Amino acid sequence: MLLTIRSLTKTFPGTKALDRVDFDLAAGEVHALLGENGAGKSTLIKCLTGAYERDEGVIALDGATVSPRSTSEAQELGIGTVYQEVNLLPNLTVAQNLTFGQEPTRFGMVDRRAQRRQAEAMLEGYGLDIDVGRDLSAYSVAIRQIIAIARAVALSGKVLILDEPTASLDAREVETLFDVVRGLRDRGLGIVFVSHFLDQVFELTDRVTVLRNGQKVTTERTADLDRVQLIEHMLGRALENEVVGHAKTHVAQDRPELLAFENFGRRGHVEPFDLTVGEGEVLGLAGLLGSGRTESAELMFGLAAAHSGGARDQSGALDLSSPRAAIAAGFGFAPEERKEDGIVADLSVRENIALALQARRGWARPVPRAEQLRLADEYIEKLDIRTSGPEQPIGDLSGGNQQKVVLARWLAMNPRFLILDEPTRGIDVGAHAEILRLIQQVTAQGMSILVISSELDELIAVADRVIVVRDRRHVAELTGSEITTDTIVRAIAAPGRDQAEASV
Amino acid sequence: MNPRLYPLAATIAIFLLAWVICVMQFPYMLSTRVVGNLLTDNAYLGIVAVGMTVVILSGGIDLSVGSVIAFSGVFIAVMLRDSGLHPLVVFALLLVVTSAFGAAMGWLIHALAMPPFIVTLAGMFLARGAAYMLTIDSVPIDHAFYDLLDDAYYLMPGKGRLTLIGVVMLLTVLVGMIVAHRTRFGASVFALGGGEATARLMGVKVGRTTVAIYAFSGLMAGLSGIVFSIYTSSGYPLATVGTELTAIAAVVIGGTLLTGGAGFVFGTLIGVLTMGLIQTYIVFDGTLSSWWTKIIIGLLLLAFILLQKGLLRVTTARAGA
Ligand SMILES: Nc1ncnc2c1ncn2[C@@H]1O[C@H](COP(=O)(O)OP(=O)(O)OP(=O)(O)O)[C@@H](O)[C@H]1O
Ligand SMILES: [Mg+2]
Repeated sequence: MLLTIRSLTKTFPGTKALDRVDFDLAAGEVHALLGENGAGKSTLIKCLTGAYERDEGVIALDGATVSPRSTSEAQELGIGTVYQEVNLLPNLTVAQNLTFGQEPTRFGMVDRRAQRRQAEAMLEGYGLDIDVGRDLSAYSVAIRQIIAIARAVALSGKVLILDEPTASLDAREVETLFDVVRGLRDRGLGIVFVSHFLDQVFELTDRVTVLRNGQKVTTERTADLDRVQLIEHMLGRALENEVVGHAKTHVAQDRPELLAFENFGRRGHVEPFDLTVGEGEVLGLAGLLGSGRTESAELMFGLAAAHSGGARDQSGALDLSSPRAAIAAGFGFAPEERKEDGIVADLSVRENIALALQARRGWARPVPRAEQLRLADEYIEKLDIRTSGPEQPIGDLSGGNQQKVVLARWLAMNPRFLILDEPTRGIDVGAHAEILRLIQQVTAQGMSILVISSELDELIAVADRVIVVRDRRHVAELTGSEITTDTIVRAIAAPGRDQAEASV
Repeated sequence: MNPRLYPLAATIAIFLLAWVICVMQFPYMLSTRVVGNLLTDNAYLGIVAVGMTVVILSGGIDLSVGSVIAFSGVFIAVMLRDSGLHPLVVFALLLVVTSAFGAAMGWLIHALAMPPFIVTLAGMFLARGAAYMLTIDSVPIDHAFYDLLDDAYYLMPGKGRLTLIGVVMLLTVLVGMIVAHRTRFGASVFALGGGEATARLMGVKVGRTTVAIYAFSGLMAGLSGIVFSIYTSSGYPLATVGTELTAIAAVVIGGTLLTGGAGFVFGTLIGVLTMGLIQTYIVFDGTLSSWWTKIIIGLLLLAFILLQKGLLRVTTARAGA
């Protein structure tokens, strides 16, 4: 065995995050580490790399006992890691980030030119065409993710750990990553892969270890498992009627109109579009990363001002010039980058949930504490948020559970029109189904929702209508029985009639 | 241009503009005499501001430096009066003491996870108190070696004097630039300023780096104390009160982000010179009260903080798009 972990235990105040966990990693294998949100995956990784101090347990690398006390020690041992939270510095250049800690030096000084060359060499094979001399902050989250991966790969002499590396990557980028991982596996590295995308687990990994509530449930060969068994291991029960995969019964209904956007657009963001939203309707927004999905949402929520057109409801024109105005108009928006934009790490779960509701009411009228507690308890239960209580700081929650809190915040505000950007990113299969069910529930009560998602299954399961975005234009609108994987993929990929016209 | 360079460019532009205005009114200000004096008069401030830049880049602050400069002056004066050691030996001793003092503060900040503001505030009182314990009077320094140091200068064309302490300051800035921008230590400093949790995950040895940062600041404060003692030929426990704030102002005017993670040591030099220039102008004018220096520096600070806020907004908006 390349890496063996025996009886690893880690306790946080109020939680036993890891309870005598054993884990083996062979050279030349990709080993999936799976489990629900809060099962202890990231904690295991951080104990292994010295980011957390473990309470108990023995770690052996190549047969020798090791005990890294800091992440730099782990790096020196040949363990490269991409942590779940993007672990790069936006205020440094791409080259500085890539070579950090390993900068080429001459006479004790960093050799900038060699640093550049080294960084460019590290990025080779990822299909990125970027200037490594620019600040990291100039690039999108997906690119940053790839840079973090490239850095970890270069640091991993023996072991590569990837904690949800694919969360913000599109299909092509995932393929590139998998090619790199397979190459490393063939060179004899051991790779730990954490993901909530079970399809990716089956595609890439050789073995699977499942954690549940901080305990190891099982380690098996991936090929010996099927999806249902795997989910059972993770949840400890069968998943009753998985929502995904069961398409909504699409009946084109006549709904009373709630909102209408007319000729709504912004140069460089998204071309003007018309869109009506029915009461209680679920709209899906499909398209590739960077196609203009998120930009459309930002425009509707006033994060960027529209250059043309406007929005109106039954009672007249709406002011959507700023997020504050949009909230006042009854809009809500749970952004994709919930980690960066969404959470206030030091505030408690209760306070984070009450935040949007409070903003809507204005600061002069505080939400009574009892009401906040009631909301917190309600959503902790509904979304199955794993926390030691409503007063726990949100920063101490697992990544997926933080996401759930941010979703809860916007649902608790009870807007009439809610935009959800990738609502199930980083969320486990069980909660995934829970969230889709919740969407159906609140829309039945009259809320209208716009869901942006890269997972077509998800859109098909919940959406009444799907808008397809390509090259910053709304190119197609599918309703009723037109909503199938096939039609959506075709609308996203194939240059349709409108493009043919444009090229004439 | 990289948006990171905007504050530095703004600093340099303001400095040049200020100088042009000065020269238009008083052509004599273009002379090497004024330049020489500008460097000499601000040598101690420039040196301590280099240390402060590194601290602020890491997201910290060091309020103790003004007191440490005063302590250094008193320490040197008393040692030379009472012990008979050669000044160079005293200098070496002093630098060890102030570096160790800074290192101790850094260790406290890291080990107790205390805000640097509090720890260095305590350090400020401690160093000032230690200076008082050595003496409560101004102690003149009377030593042949000091006369030598005082008279060491290079006569520039136009009769301007490039003094030893001015040169020491320029060299310190150069060293500071290399340390901050061209070493692994410097990269760790920027990393800490970008976010401690992330820096830790990237492999920064947070404890060691924090200790080194404050030790460096202590070293610079000690060096600044030596230069100040040469400049004034005395040690006085009440000297340089508030110099830490002036240094912070110079750093911010020099374009370093007060929250850490972005900035340039070279900008700090320009910040110091800008402040010195304003003072010189007021001396030349003769009718203006010296309070105008403070007012103009206050306005400049405000302008820079607004500029930084604006830039921050521009860059985050771009990253979000
Ligand atoms: N710094 C911390 N302080 C207190 N509790 C923590 C801390 N970090 C994690 N926990 C707790 O430890 C448990 C395991 O969290 P961990 O982050 O390992 O989950 P995970 O399996 O990675 O989940 P996810 O899929 O959501 O990322 C959770 O209950 C979490 O609340
Ligand atoms: Mg995790």
